[in-house]
Amino acid sequence: MKPALRIALVGNPNCGKTALFNALTGSRQKVANYAGVTVERKEGALVTPEGQALTILDLPGTYSLRARSPDEVVTRDAVLGRLAGEVPPDAIVCVADATNLRLVLRLILELKAVGRPLILALNMYDIAQRQGLRIDLEGLARDLDLPIITTVATRRRGIGELVAQMVETATSLHTDVRASLWREPDGTALRDLHKEAQRLMRTHVHPPERPDTLTGRIDHVLLHPVAGIAVLLGLLFVMFQAVFIGAVPIMDLIDQGFAGLSDVVGQVLPHGWGRDLMVDGVIAGVGSVLVFLPQILILFLFIILLEDSGYMARAAFLMDRIMGGAGLHGRAFIPLLSSFACAVPGIMSTRVIDNRRDRLTTILIAPLMTCSARIPVYTLVIGAVIPNRTVLGVLNLQGLVMFALYAAGIGSALGISFILRKVFWRGQSEPFMMELPTYKAPNPANVLRTLMQKASMFLTRAGRIIMPLMVLVWFVSVFPGPPAGATGPAINYSLAGTLGQFLKPVFAPIGFNWQMTVALVPGMAAREVAVAALGTVYAVGGGGLSLAETLSHQWSLASGLAFLAWYVFAPQCVATLGVVKRETNSWLWPAIMFAYMFALAYGAALIVYQTARALGFG
Amino acid sequence: MRVPSDPPAGSDLLALSQARPGDRGIIVSVGQGMAQPGSGVDPEELERRLLEFGFVEGAHIEVLHEGAIGHDPIVVRLDDMRVALRRADAAEVRFQRDAA
Repeated sequence: MKPALRIALVGNPNCGKTALFNALTGSRQKVANYAGVTVERKEGALVTPEGQALTILDLPGTYSLRARSPDEVVTRDAVLGRLAGEVPPDAIVCVADATNLRLVLRLILELKAVGRPLILALNMYDIAQRQGLRIDLEGLARDLDLPIITTVATRRRGIGELVAQMVETATSLHTDVRASLWREPDGTALRDLHKEAQRLMRTHVHPPERPDTLTGRIDHVLLHPVAGIAVLLGLLFVMFQAVFIGAVPIMDLIDQGFAGLSDVVGQVLPHGWGRDLMVDGVIAGVGSVLVFLPQILILFLFIILLEDSGYMARAAFLMDRIMGGAGLHGRAFIPLLSSFACAVPGIMSTRVIDNRRDRLTTILIAPLMTCSARIPVYTLVIGAVIPNRTVLGVLNLQGLVMFALYAAGIGSALGISFILRKVFWRGQSEPFMMELPTYKAPNPANVLRTLMQKASMFLTRAGRIIMPLMVLVWFVSVFPGPPAGATGPAINYSLAGTLGQFLKPVFAPIGFNWQMTVALVPGMAAREVAVAALGTVYAVGGGGLSLAETLSHQWSLASGLAFLAWYVFAPQCVATLGVVKRETNSWLWPAIMFAYMFALAYGAALIVYQTARALGFG
Repeated sequence: MRVPSDPPAGSDLLALSQARPGDRGIIVSVGQGMAQPGSGVDPEELERRLLEFGFVEGAHIEVLHEGAIGHDPIVVRLDDMRVALRRADAAEVRFQRDAA
């Protein structure tokens, strides 16, 4: 078989490039990272009816080859054929939204300077026709000196022609790659490119007779200073309801499934540490990752729908001033929102932020959003130490404390961001400029495909970090085993127990007894594991008192409140720290994150405990 | 940032940072170093970014929407596309306002 031809897809954001990539390659896609950078690399394969194999690379969207974000650097270097570990493409397909040609014409002029064989795919051609937009295809192709193919990716129209053109362009010009004349354009060069693009528009494109007015009418509501914010809040409310209530039945099912599985495995395998490793380490570890999957799927589904419909840019616009007050970029909104489910996908989605410092700020504060792993801890401790009574006539005291904990997380995140901006990274606010794309109905097949890719990425990435750590935490909680004739729970004699005893003096000023300190160690794996760990150290089980009842007898109100205050910050989630290491390619930022969150957690717990004691709740 | 309700008298030349929804016209200059220090990048870089988004001399522009707090950021129609930007960065764009 002939060697596969390598084709790269380039285009502006929102031009339907990914839909075209899906239409070309279907399910034969591989999603990975480019070597050494955290930029998503999407590659797909297809074979023409004549038996020619093609490899299609979907490069990140860009307005210009003058790269500013890590994503755009990848696109530029891939196009220029100087990306480490990548073979230069045999041909480049520039994908354009046929209804929005002006900016992409300028990009094409830059691409032409690169000198590689080039094809223009005019996508969303059906919408252009419906609007009565007339493009003189022959004239434009002659003027630009490149082949033009019209496509409708969502309806698979023009795909065959595009593939045939790819083969022809890549093979016939294969030996004729000119030396690149591209260099970074300055203001004058950009103006010249614009003039040329403008001339091409005037010569070959007849403006639409029936321009789209729907987007403008929708924007009158969705960008309205009052109505727009109301719609955004309503959407967020629905989203949170779906994430936190809709996911519960499936999460319970997964929990039960894993409980059943450990029962079965526990009965099948012979007694011994091998069985314990399987049941308490591996199965519990996999379960603790999978149990968050329903929430993360629902969250991702909302985000993909909002992004594909064109609303996300509007949300960033509406939130920009509010976020900007704390020194955050409007685009930080989505990662921070995701972090309410789990900081791991939140931190992964900070890649949409171009500027490095904006991105680092967002990464550093993402774990302060109250993630769902904290909910079991909050629920347990609130139930144990906060009386269930009504205050101020209508408010439930327990609910009020829960709300205060969420508010404390958000408030401290904004505060930290503000301090980072004003003290450490002064004057480094990035221009906020983004295109608001035309509204479109999301394509179900494309939404589903993106959802599956995001889900598998979360599972492999989080799984690779969380699984081994669960096993490690299990190990230190079990070894060494208790001496013969010991009466206390086994964990007291383990490494974790020893560590807890050793650290007790450190945590005494904030009102933590040694059991609480011991529970913090397994809580490293995932925050909600602290609940199970408290169960273990207090040797709960087999009738008698529930864990909440035990705690309410054993803990003072001051200690309970201090534990809650600690968990607002809770620096000890290793999965988050692992993802930060991956996304920043350095141990420096996870170290900084751990240090500052530890300091905040300790400080907050200290203040809460000492204040509560002074008020007589010790 | 403060938005004056009226442009300087006798002038139809307006910085985009001072425009209100409904204002429309043709861009006459981009990048005069008018942006305040609030913008983090140097003036030349800001000029190039504006140019890359299509803010170029001769382009048609119309302010469509503004944010709730401090009338910031703004959404403009720029030829056939819609772009959101902050007023601090929009100070670099000056346009000839059409008579209302």
